[in-house]
Amino acid sequence: MKKFDSRKVFGLCLIVLFSGFLFAGIGFASETIKLGVAGAHSGDLASYGLPTVKAAEFVVKEINAKGGVLGKQIELVVEDDVCKPEVATNTATKLVSQGVKFVIGHICSGATKSALGIYKDAKVIVISPSATNPELTQSGAYPNFYRTIASDDAQARLEVDFAVNKLKVKKIAVLHDKGDYGKGLAEYAKKFIDSSNKASVVLFEGITPGAVDYSAVVQKIKRSGAEAVIYGGYHPEASSIVAQMRKKKMKTYFISDDGVKDITFIKVAGKYAEGVYATGPKDTSKNPLAIAANELHKKTHGSDPGAFFLNGYAASQAVLNAIQKAGSTDYNAVSNALKAHFVETPLGKIKFDKKGDAIGVGFSIYQVQKGAYVEIK
Amino acid sequence: MEYFLELLLGGLTRGSIYALIALGYTMVYGIIELINFAHGEIYMIGAFTALIIASVLTFHGFTGFSVLILASVVAVIYSAAYGYTVEKIAYKPLRQAPRLSPLISAIGMSIFLQNYVLIAQTSDFLPFPNLIPELPFLEEYSHIMGPAQLLIVITTAVVTIILTLFIKFTKTGKAMRATAQDRNMAMLMGVNVNKIISNTFIIGSALAAIGGVLIASHIGRINFYIGFIAGIKAFTAAVLGGIGSIPGAVLGGLVLGWTESFATGYVSSDYEDVFAFLLLVLILIFRPAGLLGRSAIQKV
Repeated sequence: MKKFDSRKVFGLCLIVLFSGFLFAGIGFASETIKLGVAGAHSGDLASYGLPTVKAAEFVVKEINAKGGVLGKQIELVVEDDVCKPEVATNTATKLVSQGVKFVIGHICSGATKSALGIYKDAKVIVISPSATNPELTQSGAYPNFYRTIASDDAQARLEVDFAVNKLKVKKIAVLHDKGDYGKGLAEYAKKFIDSSNKASVVLFEGITPGAVDYSAVVQKIKRSGAEAVIYGGYHPEASSIVAQMRKKKMKTYFISDDGVKDITFIKVAGKYAEGVYATGPKDTSKNPLAIAANELHKKTHGSDPGAFFLNGYAASQAVLNAIQKAGSTDYNAVSNALKAHFVETPLGKIKFDKKGDAIGVGFSIYQVQKGAYVEIK
Repeated sequence: MEYFLELLLGGLTRGSIYALIALGYTMVYGIIELINFAHGEIYMIGAFTALIIASVLTFHGFTGFSVLILASVVAVIYSAAYGYTVEKIAYKPLRQAPRLSPLISAIGMSIFLQNYVLIAQTSDFLPFPNLIPELPFLEEYSHIMGPAQLLIVITTAVVTIILTLFIKFTKTGKAMRATAQDRNMAMLMGVNVNKIISNTFIIGSALAAIGGVLIASHIGRINFYIGFIAGIKAFTAAVLGGIGSIPGAVLGGLVLGWTESFATGYVSSDYEDVFAFLLLVLILIFRPAGLLGRSAIQKV
């Protein structure tokens, strides 16, 4: 009796399951465009992923209220990848099997990379608000991938361009703090200087973070005859090195990254901070769309938006705009539209280059002038 | 040649910084064979006290040397009080316990003090005012040595000499040596051992505070964590020179400073720590008691 019962239950389950799928298929197939949102929505990196979900919700709500895209309502399909590459492949499969053609995500570079293969085979367009690994776009392996954030090497590229073309220096010392972030940037900077053929790297060294004294390194910079120092790392060490350089009356340019573009750097380095260059994200605080998006978040959720909120916002707008412009949800048509048309977003006017990086998003050079960072145009 | 000289002087400054902190480690170890891990935090508290006092004084219009001296005096008193209290709370009740217990207690104290300052003050880096006035006659040599460096080197030298004389020729110094040799015997001879140990902590903490003021002026920034890294390096210097020996701490500090400076200058700063600790390993292989340490005869 028991055996018979369980079989019956199993059969019933099967029927329910299949009919469920059937209904789902009938229910959504023709009336909505599905927009997947994938990323870390739980676990210790949830704070990186959830703001993008909220951003997508805002954009979709606004567009649906105006009648949707191509006369169809947008439906959000949110899936969690916990920022783990091995989970991300499941997340991707799940989204693809639900008929999602466009995905906002993923959040972490590693998870994004592992999911991209599946999306590529299924011809799904993916726009990440936060995956900064340079390879994702530059390798050319993922033509279906776009992002609304500058890649990790963008700062190094900007620093080198600025030093070589604007400051016109020939000898550059590249230093870093041996950390993932600082060393990564320094290695890119070295690569770009070498390939520019206009300047040479006279010194490439890692310093010890937190040391009591950097005089030996500073002497070494002086001896190398470097006209500019490019430093990859954070502000505590940068302020020590700059102070010791200036105390030794060295007028060497000091160029660093967004780890240094921090008000604490100016506070700590004081008068020695004057004239230091640092790259930092483009200023969006005066963009009316950014102000509106932040206000909306505050009104709805009662708090300031978290990381990558505006990038997620821009990604959602970009893909929906491209569908509208393409006039269909066809992979090729939308891909072309993403690259062809600028769209107004909280990050500014953006479109994508042929590799998938956003044009108009990224970093600017700032200089410390009279105790504040001023953007150099 | 000039490059060599610059590295030599840079290493001298760095070594003096290590030595100034290492003196406190070595004194405490000499007396009660305890590695006082909270010593780095006393140094940090000294720097914070000086920062607060200096800000208040500058606000009231004091300038120049008066700020430096007043801030240092207050920092010394405050830090000495901390050192005294730490010993009474964390080490004295464990005087008869196995040697591992006060060591764990010291690590606990170190973590406690760090987090106490973190909560009471801030986790950010704070700018430390340059308390050491510019010296006109040094202007010409500013590319080699600034006033802060000069003052650090001189202070370390003076402190070492005074400390050595103090231990050799005063009554307290004699009692300290007696306590270091055999605590029970010293007690039987009428030495107030607890008082001597307290004094050692007070002197060590006062030195740490002086170090804190000078070094923070040299670096120009402080946060709650500076004591940890400086403490590790100073501890290495003390072991290198022979822990328990006062000239040893100074020599150890200088050797460490020069090693790091020359390794950075002639090889690469990537390997700064590698060379420093390689040297430590080598010295400990060939002279297990350190450069100037005497290997103690195990008491049965």
